[in-house]
Amino acid sequence: MRELVRAIRMYVALTVLTGVAYPAIVTVVAQLPFPEQSNGSLISKAGKFVGSRLVGQSFDAPKYFWGRPSFTSPFPYNAAASGGSNLAPTNPALIGGKDANGSVVPGVISTRISALRAFETGTVQVPTDLATASASGLDPHISPGAAEYQVERVARARRMSADAVRAIVRAHTEPPQLGVLGEPVVNVLELNLALDGRQGE
Amino acid sequence: MFGPAERLLYRLSGVDPATEQTWKTYAVCALFLNLAGALAVYGIQRLQSLLPLNPEGLGAVSADSAFNTAVSFATNTNWQGYGGESTMSYLTQMLALGVQNFVSAATGIAVLAALVRGIRAGEANSIGNFWTDLTRATLYILVPLSLVLSLALVSQGVVQTFRPYVRAALVQPVTGSNGQVIHQQAIALGPAASQVAIKQLGTNGGGFFNANSSHPLENPTPVSNFLSMVAILLIPAALCVTFGEMVKDRRQGYAILAAMTLLYAASLVPCVMAERAGNPAFASHGLATNANWEGKEARFGIENSALWATATTAASNGSVNSMHDSFTPLGGLVPMVLMQLGEVVFGGVGSGLYGMLVFAIVTVFLAGLMVGRTPEYLGKKIQAYEMKMASLVILTPCALVLLGTAISLVWPATNGGVSQGVAGMANPGPHGFSEVLYAYSSMGNNNGSAFAGYAANVPFHNYLGGVAMWLSRFWLMIPVLAIAGSLGRKKPVPAGAGTLPTHTALFVGLLCAVVVVVAGLAFIPALILGPGIEAIRMTGGAHR
Repeated sequence: MRELVRAIRMYVALTVLTGVAYPAIVTVVAQLPFPEQSNGSLISKAGKFVGSRLVGQSFDAPKYFWGRPSFTSPFPYNAAASGGSNLAPTNPALIGGKDANGSVVPGVISTRISALRAFETGTVQVPTDLATASASGLDPHISPGAAEYQVERVARARRMSADAVRAIVRAHTEPPQLGVLGEPVVNVLELNLALDGRQGE
Repeated sequence: MFGPAERLLYRLSGVDPATEQTWKTYAVCALFLNLAGALAVYGIQRLQSLLPLNPEGLGAVSADSAFNTAVSFATNTNWQGYGGESTMSYLTQMLALGVQNFVSAATGIAVLAALVRGIRAGEANSIGNFWTDLTRATLYILVPLSLVLSLALVSQGVVQTFRPYVRAALVQPVTGSNGQVIHQQAIALGPAASQVAIKQLGTNGGGFFNANSSHPLENPTPVSNFLSMVAILLIPAALCVTFGEMVKDRRQGYAILAAMTLLYAASLVPCVMAERAGNPAFASHGLATNANWEGKEARFGIENSALWATATTAASNGSVNSMHDSFTPLGGLVPMVLMQLGEVVFGGVGSGLYGMLVFAIVTVFLAGLMVGRTPEYLGKKIQAYEMKMASLVILTPCALVLLGTAISLVWPATNGGVSQGVAGMANPGPHGFSEVLYAYSSMGNNNGSAFAGYAANVPFHNYLGGVAMWLSRFWLMIPVLAIAGSLGRKKPVPAGAGTLPTHTALFVGLLCAVVVVVAGLAFIPALILGPGIEAIRMTGGAHR
């Protein structure tokens, strides 16, 4: 029994140390050098938040670059309820086929490809990351290939030259970090804000 | 700075650091502390709506979910039945989940230290003092490393704030699933970096946000991803060196580390290859490559996702940076197998190494059987009592995984509906079975990762899984401490001509073989039913 009392006292003491002091210290120390990062890397325009540099938003208008498909509920890119599609590689809901009731379903990949193809005349293959959902449902990035795929459509919708759009894409393409870590990516929200001429101040 | 803190903790809790404990007292202390922890985590979740630091006004967590989460965090499993940003207040994250991240990891390190003391002791009844082991593991290992890592993570963009969720005006309004037009995006924030640091270092793995380390505010860049992966493997691997130092023969530690690394490398390669080869249905639909991008983040790509998936299941971390449910059949089989090996390939902080040392004891026993000699490990005779306890340690998780899966599948439905045991399957066919098998492989081995489509946040799985997690943690920890006590009382015997050296390549190979054979015998039939059949279906489907 003496040990039980010790256990409770020890737990309370450790709670004060690791549950109160530790996060408080980290918050204070982190806010000083990294005020922007620690508060969500937010982008504001005229005193109003228009998003976070790190959190994607949903785009399906032809004049914007589209990000990865998102299956967050109840609307895509819901940054208060992150999550992936969790569709298995053999699931008809992903790749098409007969569902549990025996009716034929197209699958979300086909649906996405059709939506992308509606704006193009060529037969370029769709980059895989542009038709598959991310893990978080909030992926802020697409691959440079997925951006290039959409350049013609965006240029047409904005009555710009493809090369002018391409130049803005290039300015928003990030190489692998430190040259070796991760993949080259394009930040979709920042790119679209730049196209709208309303970059964060 | 930490010395006075240590003495203050002893004074506050009434601990005399000079006291020596028998293995039974040691086990009782560990159990009491974790019981206190589980009750605290349960209570805080149930009362969070009345407590401060709840800017989103989140309600009390349901009784069954709170029970599951309390057990989950007390057992270093950190299975996530809940979605962080939509369920847990800032206070609950810090005061309930964050504290347990430290305490459960420190408990693992303490028990490991006790086992090693038993191995090296000469006819001693004591295996150390739980309270000092716990305090020192927390103060000198976990807290300093967490402080450094959390600042590095913030520099990459992991949030660390007490401000409420931000409402941002969407650049393009979006239509929701029920037809309403949404103009605003609520961006979940919170004191995440401090939590994420210890979640990785303590092989806990419970995410601050629902999407865990795939969430861009929990793991924003390839650098934060790299640091997190290093943190996952750091302490479980380093403790092998500590072990070598403690038994005054570094080669013993390196041999265990070599066995772990070998098993890890053998799992990593097929996982990466399977995800790169991807899904044959992709190209036939008109996509540029088959590479399996479903459920993976653009900034990490295929390789860093597969690398993480193996690291997080080799170590009993369980955090994810991609959705394992969407992995190819063979790519998803690898993390499942790594858990089923018993979480000894690095494994949990402390618990991975004490699990592997038990496998080492079984290995010298098998070798002893072959030559007909009483086996010994590091100068201690391995006899019937040690073997009984070792069998418990090795077979308990196997039984929990298979029984948990089986009970879920045969659980009867109520009121003519679908049984709660299988209702949560998000995918049809053999993959649905894989989801259940993965869930119980994870909870039955204290890992915590999931095939996340599987909706396991129902009373049936919350209770059954909670029991599985509790047994898997403490029905292993108690026999391990019993072995420590028994070995500690024995007189060391000098190595003779018939002693199997335990630092050689031969022993490393033998140890790996024992680990693989035990899991193989237990799980191959179940693995064929799930990932096996799905793999045949996927490649067969490509030829249609």
